[in-house]
Amino acid sequence: MGRYIGKRILQIIPVLFIISFIVFFLVRLSGDPVNTMLPPEATPADRAEMRTALGLDKPLLEQYGIFLNDVAHGRFGTSLRYGQEATEVVLEKLPATLQLASISLVVSTILGIVLGVICARAKDTAFDILFSSLSVVGQAMPSFWIGIMLILLFGVNLKWLPVSGPGTWKNLVMPVATLSIVTSAQVIPLVRSSMLEIMHEDYIRTARSKGLKERLVIYKHAFKNALIPVVTIMALQVPGLIGGSLITETVFSWPGLGQLMVQCINGKDMCVVQACVVFISLITIVANLAADIIYALIDPRIRY
Amino acid sequence: MENKEKKGILHWMRLLFGSPVGAVGFITLLLVILASLFAGQLSPYDSAKQNLLDKLMPPAWCEDGTMAHLLGTDSLGRDVLTRCLYGARISLVVGVCSVAVAGAIGTVLGLLSGYYGGWVDSLIMRIADAFHAIPRILLAMVVLFVMGPSVFTLIMVIGVTNWVTYARMIRSEVLTIKEKEYIKASRTIGAADWEIILRHVLPNVAAQFIVVSTISVASSIIIEATMSFLGLGIQPPTVSWGVMLADGRNYLATNWWVCTFPGVAITVTVMGIMFLGNWLRDVLDPRNQGIR
Repeated sequence: MGRYIGKRILQIIPVLFIISFIVFFLVRLSGDPVNTMLPPEATPADRAEMRTALGLDKPLLEQYGIFLNDVAHGRFGTSLRYGQEATEVVLEKLPATLQLASISLVVSTILGIVLGVICARAKDTAFDILFSSLSVVGQAMPSFWIGIMLILLFGVNLKWLPVSGPGTWKNLVMPVATLSIVTSAQVIPLVRSSMLEIMHEDYIRTARSKGLKERLVIYKHAFKNALIPVVTIMALQVPGLIGGSLITETVFSWPGLGQLMVQCINGKDMCVVQACVVFISLITIVANLAADIIYALIDPRIRY
Repeated sequence: MENKEKKGILHWMRLLFGSPVGAVGFITLLLVILASLFAGQLSPYDSAKQNLLDKLMPPAWCEDGTMAHLLGTDSLGRDVLTRCLYGARISLVVGVCSVAVAGAIGTVLGLLSGYYGGWVDSLIMRIADAFHAIPRILLAMVVLFVMGPSVFTLIMVIGVTNWVTYARMIRSEVLTIKEKEYIKASRTIGAADWEIILRHVLPNVAAQFIVVSTISVASSIIIEATMSFLGLGIQPPTVSWGVMLADGRNYLATNWWVCTFPGVAITVTVMGIMFLGNWLRDVLDPRNQGIR
């Protein structure tokens, strides 16, 4: 078990390198940073001085080395907009995004598993057809539009919930609902089909033929085995969920990384954008690692 | 030969209309394509022409609505229905082209990875892991910001963020058939690598490829709308559903129709494509029969 986890952690290192490479070159592609930092009337001498100060006159590979070293120490540069170290800015906004994403993950896992299992159990009944179709509708709607429609219904017309900003639990209801609709719409059909697949297995037939009650067959034999793919399914949702929360935040003015990203993109605050990409990728990597470890714990066959 | 092909189409048509999911998906998508092609003929209005006298008119069935503007007008007096029809163009073009980009990159890298193995495989698969770790929307946002918004960049970005699915799919197929006897046999008789790939590998993944591509068009359309909504994708005056939603959002409290109908258009289109994709998956993959 320990060896398996160690191996999985070692695999992360090249991935981190590639991400840092992508982030570094994205900035180089964005044009000369000196142009955005200095006014257009700056003299060539000023520009040259700025380049030396920023280390832009060094060879590209050396710049990449310096960048890696800085990133490893959590230095992305000073934010133009906030006048603070970019890491600090990101860490300040991170909890709000994590709160939104993790509550939504819990809600959509529960909804996805419960509704998916019921759909599989009640295959071809009205319930199954209703929720299977609803999950297609849910997948077809862009998350930001679900948010807008929820605002229209519960914020503008019914006036039950506040439409934007942080505050009490009421402010969380609509953003969480938006993300959970999108995510559980993807999870329900997957849980349903993995449950149905397992119901066709020989050991289920054996369990039935030895006279076990249907409830026990479902919960003791089928559901436990269906959980294995569900863990993978949920881990696969994490990048989408975080991506979705970036968009949802902008719709609900939720003060997290998504809102920060959009503001910094509009304000050309590159180092904060870089820091955001690195932190969000890290979260995704950790989530995937956690899923793999849980996977190995519940399914002994994985530990190769 | 011709007769046989005709029979083939008839066979597929029968299969398509024999399944409610397939038929609904196909008809919806056909209607959206026709609407986008004939938007100019279907509507008497110009999608970009402003008419401030008629601004923010409600849909026909509401109080003060007129039959002249069935789905109402937006804040600049432009007909919402007309703009929804024109918006289908950009969505379909971006959706299909970006999937072509993703499919091409993914196929090449997947083939290289599976066929040659070793360090090539490790390198490509670690790059795939890295792309997988960065949420698609985040990467698309950053690249569009860096490169500047344009239709071409949008297509490339949405494509490049989606190649991993294809690469993994093709790679695993290559790995399964690489050890088969007939591959060894064709190699023994001197078949070149590309010949083996073309004759034996690609036909085996074709079915899966079509299914994944269909579903990918749907998700690409959603990403296009999202980027345009954030102001990073399609730029006005080009009409896109995402741009319409971004405009309409400012009038949400008073004029619900401006940001309701473009969203309905996206949902209906994407649903049509997904139904078609689900049907294709059921038809093309024999393993699914009996389960669904």
